[in-house]
Amino acid sequence: MNRQKQMELLRLLEEDSRQDVEQLGKMLAEPKEEIEKAIAALEEENIIVKYPALINWERVDDHPYVTAMIDVKVTPKRDVGFDEVAKRICRFPEVQAVYLMSGASYDLSVVLEGKTMREVASFVSQKLATIDSVVSTATHFILQRYKHDGIELEDRDEDRRMVVTP
Amino acid sequence: MSTTSTLTAKRRLSATVESLKPSGIRRFFDLAASMEGVISLGVGEPDFVTPWRMREASISSLERGYTAYTSNAGMLELRVEIQKYLEERFSVSYHPEKEILVTVGASEAIDIALRAILDPGDEVLVVEPCYVSYEPVIRLAGGVPVFLKTTMENQFKLTPEELESHITARTKAIIFCYPNNPTGSTMSAAEWQALLPILEKHDLLVISDEIYGELTYGRMHDSIAALPGMKERTILISGFSKAFAMTGWRLGYVCAEPELLAGMLKIHQYTMLCAPTMAQMAALEALRHGRGDMERMVESYRQRRNYVVDGFRQIGLACHEPEGAFYAFPSIASTGLSAADFAEKLLMEEKVAVVPGDVFGESGNGHIRCSYATSMEQLKKALDRMERFVSKLS
Repeated sequence: MNRQKQMELLRLLEEDSRQDVEQLGKMLAEPKEEIEKAIAALEEENIIVKYPALINWERVDDHPYVTAMIDVKVTPKRDVGFDEVAKRICRFPEVQAVYLMSGASYDLSVVLEGKTMREVASFVSQKLATIDSVVSTATHFILQRYKHDGIELEDRDEDRRMVVTP
Repeated sequence: MSTTSTLTAKRRLSATVESLKPSGIRRFFDLAASMEGVISLGVGEPDFVTPWRMREASISSLERGYTAYTSNAGMLELRVEIQKYLEERFSVSYHPEKEILVTVGASEAIDIALRAILDPGDEVLVVEPCYVSYEPVIRLAGGVPVFLKTTMENQFKLTPEELESHITARTKAIIFCYPNNPTGSTMSAAEWQALLPILEKHDLLVISDEIYGELTYGRMHDSIAALPGMKERTILISGFSKAFAMTGWRLGYVCAEPELLAGMLKIHQYTMLCAPTMAQMAALEALRHGRGDMERMVESYRQRRNYVVDGFRQIGLACHEPEGAFYAFPSIASTGLSAADFAEKLLMEEKVAVVPGDVFGESGNGHIRCSYATSMEQLKKALDRMERFVSKLS
């Protein structure tokens, strides 16, 4: 499969990873075995990492949760820079994302999920702030998610076209 | 209303209007619109909403108070962008001040082009199957349509033989649309080339409807106007509806030699004045920054085309490979039904709406037009239902 088709395949899977290989094969005009091979290779290279579903937990009753974005200022270490502390923070399962930031007055942006604000606050003070190289933290709670990973969570485009047009 | 007054009112209509047939699509639309749960492959427009950047540009122009008329020919800035765009994409070069006119959709462009060139009794060759408006608009302009046939065996391309055999002393022009609605067929530069000697010999004017020019798959669109000597005898028509998913904005343009364009501008300025300003603002944004959006849409149409064409062939309906637009035009001849019967039965029994091919001219008989500008989920369901339908017939 050529590179252009490989890119197309990735975009299709990113849009909907549940499309079966037969359908993908037809859309890309490739035999389904080729699609299987390409996907296996992309998984092998860790280009396709996982196939999660995007869930709007806010619509699920009795599933209280809060998300916080935490600005973390750290002292980088000789040889390992920010990597060591970043990886250490990644290991906590309640941590959803860790990014090294440019241009900010902090270094790492950490996205954290918990059942309650108290739980998040206690994680920050007990686990995060106590890491050796962490200098300071600032916690911002998310009030409302409008768009996540390129998808608007509440708005769905309806088909407003007439049924038959020339 | 009493019968007498209906008759009186009818008598007041011009003979030309009275003689026009209502569009064959209309009856079908009424039928499909009255049913619930219909999957429609009958829609001749993109399933994408206009990309936000164009909508936003238009909203912002309204906020800033751009609500007055523009010049008759359209905003000069927009015409300059159209010139650059056509040159870059299709290697045709038109002067923004003398050779480009912004219209209310390509539909207006077709109308004023025909009205500008036709005298009563002039014949216009119409390559069919084709968009439903060509014939009535020619008649309204006083012209006489003469139909040129194309066939699935020739991938619905116009052949030199077919062209030459219908030319008379009254033939003034030829009108066609490639990439084609309803067949999805395209014409290559070499295929155009074969027609040039005939067009030149009979001094025909060409009206080239290139509204689907951006929607080609696996090849670039070849504009007939780009061939040597053809700019002088071509009226090129295009617009924003299909490429940029802007059908409701009603914005198109027409390009031609200055003298021809001046003629069209006369009609346009007296009947339309100018195209809507807020739509022109959106179009400006489309040309300046909307190409990425367009490319993503084209990629998606190509994938869906591959999927449905394969689907039709598996069902047992012969289908040529459409290289452009967003229509597949499978043959239903193997079922023994006429296109109209097939479409009606399919709608009633399986609730799938397609358009019978003969609506687009006699050459479309034995075919149905299926638009794949709809979601994969719907396409999949439609193909399943059609498979069930076709297997019951055989």
